[in-house]
Amino acid sequence: MHVHRLEKIWLSIGISMLAIFLIVIAATAFGMGMSPPSEHHHTIDPTQVTTTAPFDNPGLKQTGDNRYEAVMIAYAFGYEPTTLEVPVGATIDFTVTSSDVVHGFQIVGTNVNMMIEPGEISHMSYKFDKPGEYLVLCNEYCGTGHEYMKTTIVVK
Amino acid sequence: MTGIRPHAKQKSGALTKAELDKKEPGLSGTFASVLILGAFIAISWIGVFVLFIARN
Amino acid sequence: MKQPFDRSDGKLVLAHILFAFVALLLGGVAGMLQGTVRSGMITLPANIGYYELLTAHGVLMALIFTTYFIIGFLYSGVSHTLGGKLLPSVRRLAWIGYATMSAGTIIGVIVILLGKATVLYTFYAPMKASPWFYIALALVVIGSWLSGFGIFRQYMTWRKTHKGKVSPLFAYMSVVTMLLWQIATIGVAAEVVVQLIPWSFGWVDTVNVVLSRTLFWYFGHPLVYFWLLPAYICWYVVIPKIIGGKIFSDSLARMSFILFLLFSIPVGFHHQLMEPGISGFWKYTQVVLTFMVIIPSLMTAFSLFATFELYGRSKGAKGLFGWFRMLPWKDVRFFAPFMGMLVFIPAGAGGIINASNQMNAVVHNTLWVTGHFHLTVATSVALTFFGITYWLIPHITGRVLTARMNKLGIVQTICWCIGMFFMSGSMHTVGLMGDPRRTAYTTYDDHPDAILWMPYHVAMAVGGIILFIGLLILAYIVIGLMRAPKGESEYPIGETAEGAEETPRYLERWGIWVGIAVVLILFAYTIPVIDMFQTTVTSPGYVTW
Repeated sequence: MHVHRLEKIWLSIGISMLAIFLIVIAATAFGMGMSPPSEHHHTIDPTQVTTTAPFDNPGLKQTGDNRYEAVMIAYAFGYEPTTLEVPVGATIDFTVTSSDVVHGFQIVGTNVNMMIEPGEISHMSYKFDKPGEYLVLCNEYCGTGHEYMKTTIVVK
Repeated sequence: MTGIRPHAKQKSGALTKAELDKKEPGLSGTFASVLILGAFIAISWIGVFVLFIARN
Repeated sequence: MKQPFDRSDGKLVLAHILFAFVALLLGGVAGMLQGTVRSGMITLPANIGYYELLTAHGVLMALIFTTYFIIGFLYSGVSHTLGGKLLPSVRRLAWIGYATMSAGTIIGVIVILLGKATVLYTFYAPMKASPWFYIALALVVIGSWLSGFGIFRQYMTWRKTHKGKVSPLFAYMSVVTMLLWQIATIGVAAEVVVQLIPWSFGWVDTVNVVLSRTLFWYFGHPLVYFWLLPAYICWYVVIPKIIGGKIFSDSLARMSFILFLLFSIPVGFHHQLMEPGISGFWKYTQVVLTFMVIIPSLMTAFSLFATFELYGRSKGAKGLFGWFRMLPWKDVRFFAPFMGMLVFIPAGAGGIINASNQMNAVVHNTLWVTGHFHLTVATSVALTFFGITYWLIPHITGRVLTARMNKLGIVQTICWCIGMFFMSGSMHTVGLMGDPRRTAYTTYDDHPDAILWMPYHVAMAVGGIILFIGLLILAYIVIGLMRAPKGESEYPIGETAEGAEETPRYLERWGIWVGIAVVLILFAYTIPVIDMFQTTVTSPGYVTW
């Protein structure tokens, strides 16, 4: 099959660019820990969420020096606990599941943006360097009250 | 009809690779256009990548 | 030589095209209402829900408008290039397919408007719609299979009676498109028939949510190539004839379609990058496969520019870009698809960003994604389909495209582009600011972030209204085309340049290519899917609306 000289050059440039993107993605994901959410796979019976640890006691728990675990339940149409207060500079490990349908968990202005699915436990960590009131919203349609489904994280 | 008298076919219609290479048309405008397209892809990708790193 | 289009075939094609445009118009009403609601301009009356409108909008636009237009367009080209007439058995299959799809569409729309399927066009479990919704979807898919079989039969008959000849490019590309569709729809058919219908009827208590989503997106990504490939057929095969040029490379065009067949399917995970239950390794693997499918589009960009440049230079154009001015800008049959091509540049660039593994976190479920697919399917594909209509309806009805309709078409195209610029442009911007998609009017209790989004919602609503005006113009045009004066219109099919190399026969060895496609799918999906069967805990259903 004959390929024009300039097309060969173009495709080389294009494919190289794509390869560079893939390498950068792999390096930052696998090398620097900036990977997609829920790297560790944990499951749960979605009908027993409120009676299964750690979701039988949702909320903030200190796990280390300036490190906390935020155990949360997403449901139609809100999150439990209804708000979180976090000291500025703390790293929060979010552990979230759903007690009904699929929800989203997005902290606006950050890369925390993950799906919460019944039967599955979602994990993502974030270091809150800046104070403020962060809006956490459900960005996966979940029913009539979807547009009201939100919570806030107050960072002081 | 390939395989049947291949030499006769080359004489009548299709060109050899050498002939095709010699006869390549000028496509500088095409090349410039796809490079612009490539630049658009690169700049937009890098932009969102920077945003991702900044928000991390 | 302008041969009149076969009358029976014409009825079949027209039935598909008109059904598509009715769906487009109804879907457009919903879309415009959505935009005005989200900006706070209006509130809906009590008995119409935002999410019902959204479900109808998605189904009508992304499934019905597209599938019907595509099948109609492909059948027209298959009839025209493979003998000038469909075999009676093929036409029968196509009509049965049409009837089945239409039954499904009508049942589906009724169930949606009755409020029993407010689950959006992705119908994610464990939201549980009425079983009739899933049955309706199954009918649409099964109908489309029959239509696909018809195209295969016409093609295979032509191959048998033209042994040793390379198939016409339009027909070859149609076969690839429908092969892609058949392989891809297996996933959604399995999800709907094996998982969702029994569960919705209550014969089974729970559903494997992760698996259902995976089956959907196994289908959902190649779905967008099912939309794109017919537009590519127009760009590769039809546009060269319209401008008076030649097809740049028949072989490379076919090769690009084979690459689409191979790499559009084993990539569904790039729609699931933010989900639990799928390992980072397999997400990344499918991202790499996704990047492979960018390559045939890079090839296509080169081919199209080359077609334009060679034509322009043959007419004496000078300089690096002088050929650009020689293109027939005043011919809407060129102008509309060309704008589709141009918009595909930002559209494709956005797609690459979306698929970039962890970078997806910046855009997942935000309005950026909505902005993206309004560029890809709602502009590149849609404008190309509109551009096709300007010669297809005249040709199959034995009429002409009048100068007035042509001019109105140019106006419609510009209107569409302006509306989309405001709407999609705002969506991309506000999406990067975190604004979620698929969400009705809200300010999240007047949170400052959400208040900042509102001006963009107003711009989106304005864009949506402009687009709706564009739809009304288009409706007027379609009616006008059907009532135009009688005459001869061509079916524009491009020819390859003289002295071009012969197309390699291996491109038509379907067994090889389908075989490789299957191997890639098995490679990309087997291990993660086995894991889903073994580890996922299933969930009961919910009606949350």
